[in-house]
Amino acid sequence: MYAIEVENLTRIYQKYSARHRFQTFKSALIKGDLFRALRPDELVTALAGLSFKVHKGETFGLIGENGSGKSTLLKIIAGIVKPTSGAVKTDGKISALIELGAGFHPEISGRENIFINGIMLGLSKKEIQEKFDEIVRFAELEDFIDAPVKTYSSGMYMRLGFSIAINVNPDILLVDEVLAVGDAAFVPKCLDRIDDFRRRKKTILFVSHDLATVKKICDRVAWLKSGRIMTIGEPSRVVDAYLQDVVERQEREFERRQEEIRRQTEIRKKEELRAEASRPGEQEPLESERRPETGRGEERRPEEEAREQERREQRWGKREIEITKVTLKNLQGQAKHVFSPEEGMVIEMEVVAYSRIEDFVFGIGIFNSQGICCYGTNTHLEDYTPVSIEGEGKVICRLEKLNLINGTYYLDVATHKRDGYPYDYHRNLYTFLVSSTYRDEGITRLPHRWEVSPNIQLKPPERKVNLD
Amino acid sequence: MLRLLANLKELYRYRVLVQSLVVRELKARYRGTVLGFLWSFFNPLLLMIVYTVVFGFIIKPRDPAFGGSPWLYALFLFSGVLPWTWFSSSSLESANVLMIHGNLIKKILFPAEVLPLVVVTSNFVHFCFGLPILLLFVLIFGKSYTVYLLFLPLVMLVQYIFTLGFGMLISSLTVHFRDIKDILANLLTFWFFATPIVYPMTFETITRSRTLRVFLNLNPMTHIMQGYQYSVFYGRLLPWKRLGVTLGVAIILFLIGYYIFDRLRDSFPEEV
Repeated sequence: MYAIEVENLTRIYQKYSARHRFQTFKSALIKGDLFRALRPDELVTALAGLSFKVHKGETFGLIGENGSGKSTLLKIIAGIVKPTSGAVKTDGKISALIELGAGFHPEISGRENIFINGIMLGLSKKEIQEKFDEIVRFAELEDFIDAPVKTYSSGMYMRLGFSIAINVNPDILLVDEVLAVGDAAFVPKCLDRIDDFRRRKKTILFVSHDLATVKKICDRVAWLKSGRIMTIGEPSRVVDAYLQDVVERQEREFERRQEEIRRQTEIRKKEELRAEASRPGEQEPLESERRPETGRGEERRPEEEAREQERREQRWGKREIEITKVTLKNLQGQAKHVFSPEEGMVIEMEVVAYSRIEDFVFGIGIFNSQGICCYGTNTHLEDYTPVSIEGEGKVICRLEKLNLINGTYYLDVATHKRDGYPYDYHRNLYTFLVSSTYRDEGITRLPHRWEVSPNIQLKPPERKVNLD
Repeated sequence: MLRLLANLKELYRYRVLVQSLVVRELKARYRGTVLGFLWSFFNPLLLMIVYTVVFGFIIKPRDPAFGGSPWLYALFLFSGVLPWTWFSSSSLESANVLMIHGNLIKKILFPAEVLPLVVVTSNFVHFCFGLPILLLFVLIFGKSYTVYLLFLPLVMLVQYIFTLGFGMLISSLTVHFRDIKDILANLLTFWFFATPIVYPMTFETITRSRTLRVFLNLNPMTHIMQGYQYSVFYGRLLPWKRLGVTLGVAIILFLIGYYIFDRLRDSFPEEV
């Protein structure tokens, strides 16, 4: 027996432009054909032919990025929004926790709002009277129930909304990301209530971005992407597939951003060269010193100065040795920007020395988003002795295991003299992301493991999520 | 037509909601004011005073029905202004009501026509609060009650249906064409003066001009307002044939309004 049957469900949203609106009003008035005139000029597909079934008593999770159609699906199942085509069959009373306290009127008391909200959600006056005390107690609002709702804090508001909705006692509960706003004490209480529902064999459709909770409470999970179901099935498998997709998307995003930075640097370089060439009475710069020097700034306009300043913060040095390209790869040699802490990272620098140089150091530095240096080293600190460099070459720094916590990191790469005189210094020009299901804190993930004596029962995690 | 019946049945299921929302509306309206629900009396009263001063004392009433008495004129005025306020506030609020409660329409499953219905009904209750004042003034200004007062509920019914139909039409169309709100505000001013409220139909300029008479008689609000004026002010049998036709017009407007509302209903959650 199914609680929810979704059959080839499609929902197309309509976009009307302001101009279109105006025209339709005119043509509606002139032609007198209102409904034809109200046809939209652009369509957005929110759901594209979904089909799935939810068993009675099942807790069914829906995950997916923002705009993937989760909320639309929930609203259609709740009956608030009509599908463009396809059908939804539901069996039992539905309560939708789509937005808590949506119907509250700020000027009247919590007591009166409970009645009106309850009636809106389908309770009778008598039922509300019976459940009134329970609703107030659960919301922890005993002392404020006769105060106007506008005096409530947002937490109180939300608690009251949740408390009413959960007390509707539905057969099917639709939960849309409403727990995201609760405080540390209230969320577990809500989850308890949801658990209670599960025990009583009620059906729950649970939309959340909190993947840990989804994994914990759902029997099955569907992953929605651009209005389509990508995978449906066992929670940890679906969540992993979803995470994998998120990582891939982040990867592409990073590549795009890196590409953007590279292009901008190139444009800037060209501009500088052009500015230099057009400066009168100045010698044609030598190949080895084509960077503008700081001392020439007197006749420059301030905005040019500022741009120069900004550039210099990101990259400086006269580039006797130039770092022409930096690539981040995993140990298998695959270029990427999103890493798991378990992975290794290879920083590959392509360098070129325009003349023979005998004093040089290569270094790297990894900074987190707060600007804290997580790790920094160079060849000099590690007692490598420079002998000579000339022409093109590659410098590779291999980090066997990244061991960083989740977050965005910035990479400095540099080549300079042993006394610190910079040849080419790239400050925060490269970024990468560390992403995993671990939720540890700090700066680095120190290699560790847990061991307990046999009399302590500690269950290890079911399986490690591998992002590779 | 069948669908409308089904809708009405569904609406009946939600009568408790309508009732609680009307009560809420009334409670919330004057919450925080010192005079509270007394404003339901004062608002039409103050309006009446303004009109009495201007049209009663400054521009003297010339119609024989008032015998030159500004007080009688005030009574005449009040018997029209009070129900007109019901109609005009309902229409103006209806224009906004779906947008104001957009959150409800998007998040909770309930028939949206509850909203204009609540607007018209709560304004009706306001009107009822004002009625005792009107009836009190009848005695104060030296008129007496007649048996024709018993026709008042009939007039109110016609006005209720008419206002509700208009409210449905306005509320659903405004969702798509926001300009209606501004058009409506101006239209209502025009409509007010195109209805015999500040002047009686017996005014000599009107009795002399056939065009004016035809124009005024084509306005359904004319007959509704006259219903009040005959029952309360003149104490005579209202022109029941014309009111009967107006009832028909009101029902047709209601059906059209509800039909359009129903056709546009599915677009509300994404447009409000």
